[in-house]
Amino acid sequence: MVENRPFLAFLTHLVLIAGVAVIVFPVYIAVVAATHDATAMSSGMMPLWPGAHLWDNLMLTLTHQTPGLPPFWVMAWNSLWMAVIITAGKIAISILSAFAIVYFKFPFRNLAFWLIFITLMLPVEVRIIPTYSVVANLGMLNSYLGLTVPLIASATATFLFRQFFMTIPDELMEAARVDGAGPMKFFRDILLPLSRTNIAALCVILFIFGWMQYLWPMLVTTDRNYYTLMMGVKRMAAVADADPQWNLIMASVVLAMLPPILIVIFMQRLFVKGLVETEK
Amino acid sequence: MAPIKISQVKKTYQGNVTAIHGLDLDIEDGEMVVLVGPSGCGKSTLLRMIAGLETITDGTISIGGEVVNRKEPAERDVAMVFQNYALYPHMSVRQNLEYGLKNRGTPREEIDRRVNEAARVLEIAPFLERKPRQLSGGQRQRVAMGRAIVRQPKAFLFDEPLSNLDAKLRGQMRIEIRRLQRSLKTTSVYVTHDQLEAMTLADRLVVMNAGRIEQVGKPIELYDRPASLFVAGFIGSPPMNLFKLEALSRVTGQDLSTTLPENTDIVGIRPDRIEAGRGAGLHMFGVVELIEPVGGESHLYVRAEGLDQAVIIVVEGPSTLSEGEVLDFVLPLSALHPFNTATGRRTD
Repeated sequence: MVENRPFLAFLTHLVLIAGVAVIVFPVYIAVVAATHDATAMSSGMMPLWPGAHLWDNLMLTLTHQTPGLPPFWVMAWNSLWMAVIITAGKIAISILSAFAIVYFKFPFRNLAFWLIFITLMLPVEVRIIPTYSVVANLGMLNSYLGLTVPLIASATATFLFRQFFMTIPDELMEAARVDGAGPMKFFRDILLPLSRTNIAALCVILFIFGWMQYLWPMLVTTDRNYYTLMMGVKRMAAVADADPQWNLIMASVVLAMLPPILIVIFMQRLFVKGLVETEK
Repeated sequence: MAPIKISQVKKTYQGNVTAIHGLDLDIEDGEMVVLVGPSGCGKSTLLRMIAGLETITDGTISIGGEVVNRKEPAERDVAMVFQNYALYPHMSVRQNLEYGLKNRGTPREEIDRRVNEAARVLEIAPFLERKPRQLSGGQRQRVAMGRAIVRQPKAFLFDEPLSNLDAKLRGQMRIEIRRLQRSLKTTSVYVTHDQLEAMTLADRLVVMNAGRIEQVGKPIELYDRPASLFVAGFIGSPPMNLFKLEALSRVTGQDLSTTLPENTDIVGIRPDRIEAGRGAGLHMFGVVELIEPVGGESHLYVRAEGLDQAVIIVVEGPSTLSEGEVLDFVLPLSALHPFNTATGRRTD
């Protein structure tokens, strides 16, 4: 639709800008808060312009240990591990199950697919008590396994790969068979390289998903060495008998935002490519 | 290189849909056999059964004297060229050609030698490092051919390889496939629905219809003496004129039942065998409805009173007639093909 109506253009831009402002303002406040010292923060007035203490706050966050919490880098490491394991695990499992569902004829194939598909309706929040009980019975509390395994099974990614595989012409698989490639060889030599952009797009989404987990890590970890950043930040704000040090909390927040931002910036091109085009 | 023997092969799909009804066909070593028929006649299914991409419900297929029913496609040592080329999109042309050889553990020098040779023959050497998507349709087709050639298989299987190309390129590639197959002398099975392609490529032509073979023979034999009404209608362009005997007798005023074999109730004649003017044979006349000048010849559609379809006549050169004129023409008796509707077969 090509229209030339200045008022409409103005209005649409206004709505867009308002939307961006709503999202950006809290982030801006977090960044600003991370640049002031403790006195400025405790004055009761939230400053709206950046101060001069960003570097000090970041250094303090990285070196200073909040009582009751592990050092910052331990929590960052835990978060990173959790996000990476979840991402890798989800992609590995879902691409293989999509491969099985699309390329093999076995009894109850459709049922298998729909069973996977309906787990979309059962995210962790819904099945949290039974899942916790299973994890506890398996002795996986306070471990990376407990943090990640229950979050790995992914209907979304399986569905995405299934849809993608179904767009790949059957002849490609047949040509590979005639060329002497067995199923796993076909998977490795043909499907995997063709799924590259899809995998990249999923990596972005799943890494951020894993990085943002709050509820689940809070449930399965009581050992502070397994605390993740999201939990840590929350705990920093909930100190007893003292004022929370908002400048340091916000400095942690800013640091915690960095990995997802970096991922998005560096994988953006692949991400968009993976969502809009298929290499055929 | 090897002969292919197909005996009593049946294909039944789930739900009891029979695609192929007990089919026999012997393909000789080095021969090019073309399977032709309308869509859904089972020709592709048969090809895919030879390739091993489709299971064989009953009967046997042997390649080089060895029954291959239960063998994987790769073990059958056949190469296939697909309609949509099925090139691996993420691999360069060279990698596409090499893939099958690598999987077979062919030594490096041998792979290079064969790939370079195929690239030279098919004139794709300049594109070896490109990806398939950077190639035109014709070039992709060559690469697909190359992938088959480098394998030096027992047989080539072509599944409508030219139908994605434009008409001009199709003609060109047809000649190339023909030349290549002649020089390599590799047994080939070629599936198409294009009867021109079928006629020009085949050593032997197999016309299929509804899962059965209608007729097998040299293309020109099928053209000159179609064994059934189906073949008569399918082979030849423009198609053979088919008249009900009784209508023809009425229109020409001649009793044909004595001159033609028993049980004949339908008579066919090729459009190019009908002669304009008055001569020996069945004399008719009609109004020229439409003239299609196609260059070296013209196709006339003539409406004769008493016949329910137009008579197609091919005359040489541009026609001097104009639409609406009345034309006298003659069907020579020797050019008539007698058929029976009930059996669908030839009666002489």
